[in-house]
Amino acid sequence: MSLLLLIPLLPLIGFLINGIGFRKIPKTLVGLIGAGTVVASFACVLFLFLNFDGQPRVEKVYDWITVGNLNLSFSFQLDQLSLLFMLIITGVGSLIHLYSIGYMKHDEGFGKFFAFLNLFIFFMLLLVMGSNYVILFIGWEGVGLCSYLLIGFWNKNANYGDAARKAFIMNRIGDLGYLLAVFLILTNFGSVEFTDVFRQAAGLKAGNSTILWITLLLFVGAMGKSAQIPLYTWLPDAMAGPTPVSALIHAATMVTAGIYMIVRSNLLYTLAPVTLEVVGWIGLATALLGASIGLFQNDIKKILAYSTVSQLGYMFMGLGVAAYTPAAFHVMTHAFFKALLFLGAGSVIHAMSNEQDIRNMGGLRKALPITFLTFLIGTIAIAGIPPFAGFFSKDEILLHVFEHNKLMWGIGVFTSMLTSFYMFRLLFLVFFGNFRGTHEQQHHLHESPLTMTLPLMALALLSAIGGFFNVPEVLGGGAKLANFLAPLFAAAQNVRPEAFAMAELSHSTELALMIGSVAVAMIGLAAAYVIFISRKTVPVGEGQEHGLQKVIYHKYYVDELYDAVFVRPVNALSVFFHQVIDFLLIDLLVEGVGKFVKGLSKEFRLAQTGATGFYIFAMVIGIAALLAWSLRGLILG
Amino acid sequence: MQPTIPDVVQTIPLPYYIWFASALFVIGIVGVLTRRNAIIIFMSVEVMLNAVNLLLVAFSAYRSDPAGQVFVFFIMAVAAAEVSVGLAIIVMIYRNIQSIDIGLLNRLKG
Repeated sequence: MSLLLLIPLLPLIGFLINGIGFRKIPKTLVGLIGAGTVVASFACVLFLFLNFDGQPRVEKVYDWITVGNLNLSFSFQLDQLSLLFMLIITGVGSLIHLYSIGYMKHDEGFGKFFAFLNLFIFFMLLLVMGSNYVILFIGWEGVGLCSYLLIGFWNKNANYGDAARKAFIMNRIGDLGYLLAVFLILTNFGSVEFTDVFRQAAGLKAGNSTILWITLLLFVGAMGKSAQIPLYTWLPDAMAGPTPVSALIHAATMVTAGIYMIVRSNLLYTLAPVTLEVVGWIGLATALLGASIGLFQNDIKKILAYSTVSQLGYMFMGLGVAAYTPAAFHVMTHAFFKALLFLGAGSVIHAMSNEQDIRNMGGLRKALPITFLTFLIGTIAIAGIPPFAGFFSKDEILLHVFEHNKLMWGIGVFTSMLTSFYMFRLLFLVFFGNFRGTHEQQHHLHESPLTMTLPLMALALLSAIGGFFNVPEVLGGGAKLANFLAPLFAAAQNVRPEAFAMAELSHSTELALMIGSVAVAMIGLAAAYVIFISRKTVPVGEGQEHGLQKVIYHKYYVDELYDAVFVRPVNALSVFFHQVIDFLLIDLLVEGVGKFVKGLSKEFRLAQTGATGFYIFAMVIGIAALLAWSLRGLILG
Repeated sequence: MQPTIPDVVQTIPLPYYIWFASALFVIGIVGVLTRRNAIIIFMSVEVMLNAVNLLLVAFSAYRSDPAGQVFVFFIMAVAAAEVSVGLAIIVMIYRNIQSIDIGLLNRLKG
C-alpha cells in the first residue's frame, strides 16, 4: 500500500476503532490510538516530504464515478502545496491530540471526542490531498460535519447546540456557492481534475466572465469555511466546543480550507482580477472588523476567536493581491501561534476551573509559569514583533499589499496595531496584576500536566522559529518557502505576469516598511501596558459600556442584524405557512374528503339491519329486478 | 321398441314443464321469504334448486343435448355437500341460541 494512501487512512482507522468501541476501550488506550494514528500519519507525511523530488504526482486509488463523459477518479495529489498543508494538519493536529489527552481526561465523552477529532483530521487531509474539486468537496463537507459534532460536543447545553447549528448552517450557505462553482467548472471544462482544469484555463484571457463567476462562487465557499464577512459569525460562537477543538478548527483545520482552495486555484484567481479585488477588500474589512471587536471582549476564547477572524482576513487580503506564498506562509505561522494561544487559553481555563472571563483572572504567571511563558511567545508572535513567526509572514503580506494599494496597506497596518493591543491586553489582564477571581479558584490554581504543557512548549518553539522558514532576501534569508512553493504559481505567472510583478522596491523602502510595522506593534504593546499595567484598569462589568465601546462589545450588533433580516422573516414565513397554508388550505382539503366519506357511510350503514329475512327479501327483489331488466324485450314485446 | 327416456319425457309438452318448474320455484321463494324457521328456509332453497334441475332436464331432453343432464348431476352433488354444511351451521346456531329462528340472528347490524 502506498504511503500516500496511508496518511488519511490512519486517522480514519483511529476514528473507526474509537468510534465503534468508545464505551469499551479504556481511556489510556483511546488516547493512545487517537493521538498515535495522527502522529503516525505525521511521520508518513514527514517521510514523503523528505523524499519529495519536486515533481508533483497524482496517485489514483480507484475510478469513482464513470458516467458518460464524466469520469471522476478518487485520487490523491502530492505536490508542494498539499505537502505543506499535510505537514501543518498532521503536525499541529498531533500536538492538539496529545494535549487533549490531558485536557479531556475527566470528560465522560473521552472516547467519542477522540473519534471525532480523528475524523476531523481525516476529512481535512482528504480536503488537501484530493486531486480534483469533488474530492476536495468531500473533505470540505466532512470538516463541516465534524465542526458541528465537536462544537456541539457538550450537547446537554442548548446554547452549545445552537452554536453548532449556526456553524453548520453558515457553512452550508458557503458550500452552496462552492458547489455551484464546481458545476460551472464541470460544464465549462468537462473535468474537475485540478491539472485538466488549470491546463485548459491557462488558454483563456484574463477577465473572462466564466472564470469570474467560478472564482466568485468559490470565494463564497471560502467565506463560509474561512469565516469572512458576511459569513464569519459562526466562528466566535464555535467557542462553545472544548478548547482543543477551537485550536483544531482555528489553527490546523477547517478555517484554512478556504485559503488552501484559493491557493490551489491560484491560476483561476489570477485570471480574474475583479475577484481578486473583491477578495482583498473583504479580507481587509474582515481583518479590521475582527480586530476591533477583539478590543473589548472579555471572554478569553472570544478574543482569540476574533483574532482568528482578523488573521484570516489578513490571509485573504494577501490572496487578493496575488501574494499566494505569503498567505500560505501566514497559514503556517498562524497555525503555530494560534494553536499555541488556544491551548494556552485551555490550560488557563483548566487551571481556573472553567472560568473564561478575563476580568476574573490576573496574576496567573506565578501559578502557571510554563503556560505564561508559552502564551507570551504566542502573543509576541501574533503581534508581529521580530524575530517571532508572525512578524515575517504578516510583514510579507503587508509588503505585497503596499505594492498593490497604499490605502489597503494603511488600514492593514492600523489593524496590526489593534492586534498587538488586544493581544497584550489579554496577556496583561490574565497573567499580570492581582488575582481577581474567587478564593476557591485561587486555591485550586495549578500548572497543567505534562501532556498539556509539552504541546505548548513544542508550539512555542515553532512560533518562535517558524518565521525562519521564509526569511526575505532583504534580511539576508533565502526565502526557502517561497522557492519551495514557486512551481505552483508558474502557470499563473505565465498567463498574467503583471499580477505578480513587484516593482523593484529598494531595500531601504522594504526595511522602512518593516520598521514601520514593528513600531506600530510596539505602540499597541505600549498602549496596552500603560492602560492595563500602569493604571491597572480592569474592563467594566456587563452592561456598563458606553457609546462606541458598547456597539463594539456587542459585535456591532451583526448577530442581531442577521436575526432581524434573515431569521425573523424566515420564521414569520414559516408561521404563515403553518397557520394559513397548512391549517386552512391543506387541512381543509384533506380533512374534508375524510369527513364527507364518514358522513356518507354514517347514513348507509343503517341499511345493515341484521335481520336475515330483510336481506333475503332484498336479494329476491334484486334478482327479480335484474331478471326483468334482462328480459325486458320479452315482457314489453 | 322400448321407448327411450327422452321419448318418455317428450310425451308431455314443454310448456307444462316450464309452468311446473316456475310454480315450484315460486313456492320456494315464498317459503324463503315468509318462514322464520331456518330448516324450512333451507328446504325451500332445495325446492328452488330442484325446480331449476327439472327445467334443465326437460330442455336437455327436448334438444337431445346431454350437457344439461350432466349439469344436473353436478348440481345434485354440490347441493348434497352444501346440505351437510348448511345443516351443520344450523346445528351450531341451535347450540348457541337454543333456537333456529332467524329473526333472532340480528346482532350483526350497522
